Amino acid sequence: MNKIAKLFVTFFSALTLALVSFTSSFAKVEGDYIVLGSAISLTGKYSSNGVHTQNGYNMAVDRINKMGGVEVQGKKYKFEIIYYDDESNPKRAAQLAERLIKQDGVHYMLGPYSSGLTKAIAPVTEKYKIPMVEANGASRSLFTKGYKYLFAVLSPANQYLEVAIDLAVEKNGGKGVRIAQAFEQDAFSQDVRLGILDAAKRTGSEIIIDDKLPKELNDMAATLAKVKATKPDVLVVSGHTKGALTAIRQISEMKVDVPMLAMTHCDAAKLSKQHGKKSEYALCASQWHKNLSYKDKFFGGGKKYARDFQKEFGYDPPYQSAESSAALLVFKDAFERANSFDRDAVRDALVDTEMQTFYGNIKFGPGGQNVAKPMILFQVRCKGDDCENRVVAPTKWASDKFYHPIPKWSERS
Amino acid sequence: MDFLIFKAPMLMVQASLDGILLGILFALIAYGMALQWGVMNIINIAQGDLVILGGYIAYTIYLWGIHPAWGVIISPIIMFFVGWGLYKLVINKVVDRDLFISILATFGIAIVFQQLMNFIFGADVVVAQSEYGTTMLFDNSVTLPNSKIFSAFISVLYAVALVIYMKKSRLGRAIRATAQNARAAKILGVDTEKVYAATFGINAALCGIAGALISITLTLHPYVGLPYTVRSFMIVIVAGLGNLPAVAVSGMGLGLFEEFADYILGTEFRIGAVFLLLVLILVYRRFKLSKKREYLK
Repeated sequence: MNKIAKLFVTFFSALTLALVSFTSSFAKVEGDYIVLGSAISLTGKYSSNGVHTQNGYNMAVDRINKMGGVEVQGKKYKFEIIYYDDESNPKRAAQLAERLIKQDGVHYMLGPYSSGLTKAIAPVTEKYKIPMVEANGASRSLFTKGYKYLFAVLSPANQYLEVAIDLAVEKNGGKGVRIAQAFEQDAFSQDVRLGILDAAKRTGSEIIIDDKLPKELNDMAATLAKVKATKPDVLVVSGHTKGALTAIRQISEMKVDVPMLAMTHCDAAKLSKQHGKKSEYALCASQWHKNLSYKDKFFGGGKKYARDFQKEFGYDPPYQSAESSAALLVFKDAFERANSFDRDAVRDALVDTEMQTFYGNIKFGPGGQNVAKPMILFQVRCKGDDCENRVVAPTKWASDKFYHPIPKWSERS
Repeated sequence: MDFLIFKAPMLMVQASLDGILLGILFALIAYGMALQWGVMNIINIAQGDLVILGGYIAYTIYLWGIHPAWGVIISPIIMFFVGWGLYKLVINKVVDRDLFISILATFGIAIVFQQLMNFIFGADVVVAQSEYGTTMLFDNSVTLPNSKIFSAFISVLYAVALVIYMKKSRLGRAIRATAQNARAAKILGVDTEKVYAATFGINAALCGIAGALISITLTLHPYVGLPYTVRSFMIVIVAGLGNLPAVAVSGMGLGLFEEFADYILGTEFRIGAVFLLLVLILVYRRFKLSKKREYLK
């Protein structure tokens, strides 16, 4: 028995060694393949959005490879991605980033899902000078640390709901409005809050309720009772999907009447599906919507992207997938402009990125955030029990007029 | 904005009712925890995860097109067997060991349950719709979701039923005997093994009821179990073991305290305030005990 056990141990250590030496020879470019690495949440609390991110990446890899791949120094290369499951755990994500770089020899990274995990990985990629294009970390603090190798295709979190305040002021005849706000105490939502504070200052608006909700947010009855008593012009709520679902549940149950309700994470929460008509008139911030008129030669426009995505994965693409696909378009463009696999050359090419994708215009600011793409707002509108998200701002892409003010609960059927 | 609650007295009514209704629901979970803590001397870290699993059972029947309120009957039945099975599989091995081992074991169970729920039901936050509407009082200035009233009512109903069952039934008496002195009960012919399994099952069933109620009043997510564990732990600490009416009072009291802390100190301090209260109560208890010249084991 003991002998067999020893034999097994020897065998497995030999196998591990062989694998390690094999994988470490897997450098940045293997034959015809450019190898990218990504730690992504396939299990744990971010697993649904992690999968949306991965599907977005995979969709773009397939499309770019099928349409000729990436041309560097006259030779065509294809993309390939090594994925590891970070279990939605920042520590694990940082370890995996280290492993991708040191053991697997990856020289170019794609971002994970969520601001928290991106924050965990960014110091690692920075340390090894590995360019990372990320599509799912919007927290403002990612872009104020002076990172040189971090590039985000999405708009930073503080821009999420600023548009909503502008819209409210516009409806109020250009005069400042009274704002009630409730934000979860996490990096992302607090960044959204900072954006509102800026917007309030800029427009001369007054913040009358400023609640910070706990992370285990499942009850905001007290906040809503205050809203009922103070009658603000706008109610702003951000607390990921649980915040959106809790808000609609309790606003409808407590019959809270506000002229305007602005939120984040409505589509991730499947708000209109889970709450149906109760979610009508809610305004939601979104990075992307399929009806926008941006175009590129790989995916055509948003509508075509949505159709192709639906065909391949069987569901409508959330913006998390769209922005992830855009990250690969950015990489392709940078490789071709750099015309080299030198990391610093690629990084410099990324800095100079200025392009349009189906997802939106992309140009990186000094902190690495995308400065060329505005956030959009959609409003949930229902016909009978069928609800859908319609773009209402910015006006350039609005498919529908912004419905304001929200009818009182006593008048809603 | 200073002390809005004193300017608008109706807010006080609203806060009190919200606090009490939610407190009753938490008391039900704490009741289960106190029961199995008292009987088996096990602090169940997986309590909240049992609650969430119960909620997912109700959510599943809701997806099948059955009204989620039926969850308060179906969920405890299924959860009783889950609890029983859990006892036979894990808990019976740690029941006589020290508290630390049982905490570790139930912590492990909590992680397994979270991952399983994530695997089966997905990581999305979900809600079940009861469509119970709203009760409006004082000219619409105080609103109470009927789902909350319903959940408080069901909680009280089950709690009362359980108290009666514990007093009158054979198993209830055996459970109480085991809680008082397991060895003596064993000598007198009580099958303590069975009592333990039943206790854990009953606790899980109570969690199942609470979970079903949470699915229609709050939200469900595979990873939100821990706050429920902590909350029920606090209620039990404040109330003491083996004192079921005190559990109800402390559940409601904490609910009320939390709501008022929200208005007076601000939302960000509401949980901090509850913890501060817990520390104060523990210090006070210690002080009282030292005066009595008693000591804690």
